[in-house]
Amino acid sequence: MKIKRNQLYTVVALCVIVLLIVLADHVFDSFILRVFNLCAIYIILALSLNLLNGFTGLFSLGHAGFMAVGAYVSALLTMSPQLKEMNYFLTPIVPVLKNVTLPFFPALLIAGLVSALVGLLIGAPILRLKDDYLAIATLGFSEIIRVLITNAQPITNGAQGLKGLPRFSTTYTVWAVAGAMVLFMVLLMRSSYGRTMKAVRDDDLAAEAMGINVFKVKVTAFTASSFWAGVGGALLGHMITTIDPKMFTFSLTFNIVLIVVLGGTGSITGSVLAAILVTVLMEALRFLDEPMNFLFIHTAGTPGLRMVVFSILLMLVVIFRQKGIMGGKEFSWDSVAAFRARHARRARSGARDDAGDGGNSGNSKVGGNANGEGGPHA
Amino acid sequence: MPETMLSTQGLTMRFGGLTAVSDFNIAIGKNEIVGLIGPNGAGKTTAFNVVTGMYRPSSGKVFYRGADITGCKPHVITEKGIARTFQNIRLFRNLTVLENVLVGCTLSISSGFFSSLLHLPVYRKKEAAAHEFALALLDKVGLADAAGKEATSLPYGQQRRLEIVRALATHPALLLLDEPAAGMNPQESLELMSFIHTLRDEFDLTILLIEHHMQVVMGVCDHLYVLDYGITIAHGDPASIQKDPKVIEAYLGVDDAGNK
Repeated sequence: MKIKRNQLYTVVALCVIVLLIVLADHVFDSFILRVFNLCAIYIILALSLNLLNGFTGLFSLGHAGFMAVGAYVSALLTMSPQLKEMNYFLTPIVPVLKNVTLPFFPALLIAGLVSALVGLLIGAPILRLKDDYLAIATLGFSEIIRVLITNAQPITNGAQGLKGLPRFSTTYTVWAVAGAMVLFMVLLMRSSYGRTMKAVRDDDLAAEAMGINVFKVKVTAFTASSFWAGVGGALLGHMITTIDPKMFTFSLTFNIVLIVVLGGTGSITGSVLAAILVTVLMEALRFLDEPMNFLFIHTAGTPGLRMVVFSILLMLVVIFRQKGIMGGKEFSWDSVAAFRARHARRARSGARDDAGDGGNSGNSKVGGNANGEGGPHA
Repeated sequence: MPETMLSTQGLTMRFGGLTAVSDFNIAIGKNEIVGLIGPNGAGKTTAFNVVTGMYRPSSGKVFYRGADITGCKPHVITEKGIARTFQNIRLFRNLTVLENVLVGCTLSISSGFFSSLLHLPVYRKKEAAAHEFALALLDKVGLADAAGKEATSLPYGQQRRLEIVRALATHPALLLLDEPAAGMNPQESLELMSFIHTLRDEFDLTILLIEHHMQVVMGVCDHLYVLDYGITIAHGDPASIQKDPKVIEAYLGVDDAGNK
């Protein structure tokens, strides 16, 4: 009975999401539509980073690099020869790429595969490192990729970037890919390979003693993560329709790390919720960057002030809820019910003491797993 | 003479100027239970780490069933049939009890990334078999009821047992136990030793175990090797070890004085 009700909830929720995607093009104005689609892209990026940081325990800060590879490969494969000629006015493009024009989906796949190959080549030497050393090495490689792109003018058009990319990232496309990504993660984490990754994360020495080729598992995770980062980067490029090397700096990686940490490392639903939350806030808080004139507060407008909000948010999470919104667990209807029951009980006892502690109306999603919160001293 | 499962020749491990294990020679016959004892810091765990491939020895060789396995990677050594447990429990702490054992079954599932990602029939079959096997193992050691619990939520003694079960899931022929009785009271230690005895018979195992409380190993081991400062100071059957003046001086003497 209970299982059936939960299934019903899930079906209803899925229907609502699908309906939202179908209606999005007709209901939303172009700005909201863009934020809506950006959510999907950030879901892909956050999950691909969570695959490394949360599920395999490899702290990587190189995501922007792989996104850049994906974005450039896809752009170069889909732009028409005329468009390329217009872009490459300083240095002509290498002849091999001049007349290549592929449809979007093969190009997207190739973008992911090239990015995965780069991930494989980078991962093989640096995955012998651990923890902070690995983070620094991935950060370094990401910068190397960016510098290479800036300087390989005949291929990438250098610092001028590429303009006028075909607008392929439609609502359906980005959400379909995001759906595929979620499915990929759910299937992977329910399989023995996902279990192996989690074992490597929890204790790689013990995993090795179980006969697991730890290095191979790490390289596989890194390659898979690079693939999806490349796909996400390509989608981002075809949404903004302009790409240049400055887009793929560390601050882009930081945004994705922020989502993963906020949502909870090792939680698929956590990443999805946090991706939506951060993307929406990123736009909603834009007013902070503009000049303000509120009662007695006057500011001249500081670009980047909204990032301070995210920094504070990150600090609060690190201090009060180390495991993020979902605390490494997955969202389930039962946990929502448990959360509501607990709060109802507390409210009732509160009313009896006349204390009326209130504040229980908060979003049930956020606290949905509070009962399963593990020790923060992990 | 039964088959020699594990033997070492002049195994030496140096860390900079410190020689942790020096000229270590051991030979373990099939189905024997052999104890490696010695005071703290004697080099017992280092010897284990060299045998299981965690360290590459400075010199000397390790043979498993006659084949040279010196310098093999740890996972390759596990594949060959040597499993181990750790002195300080190393369970996969965010996984359930059952999942911990299933990770031990990874070798028998051995599915590639894509076949397990897509849940292909080949993979499903192996995974189902592994589930059944893992549950049967847990049932045998009385942990079946805890299968769904988080591994680290178990009481200490059960965590130790779970580590042994997880090692058994790799289908070993030789089991290396690093201080399985650490942190247990004498009664629990004795129970554990009889548990180890039954394991040997039931799974046709050969067992090498580290222990520093000599009384605990007396009843269960066929042979003992005594290490002190990396040097093998004695080996033989428990009764003769107990009388060995060198052992008493290095080890039992202090222990007895402390106890009495």
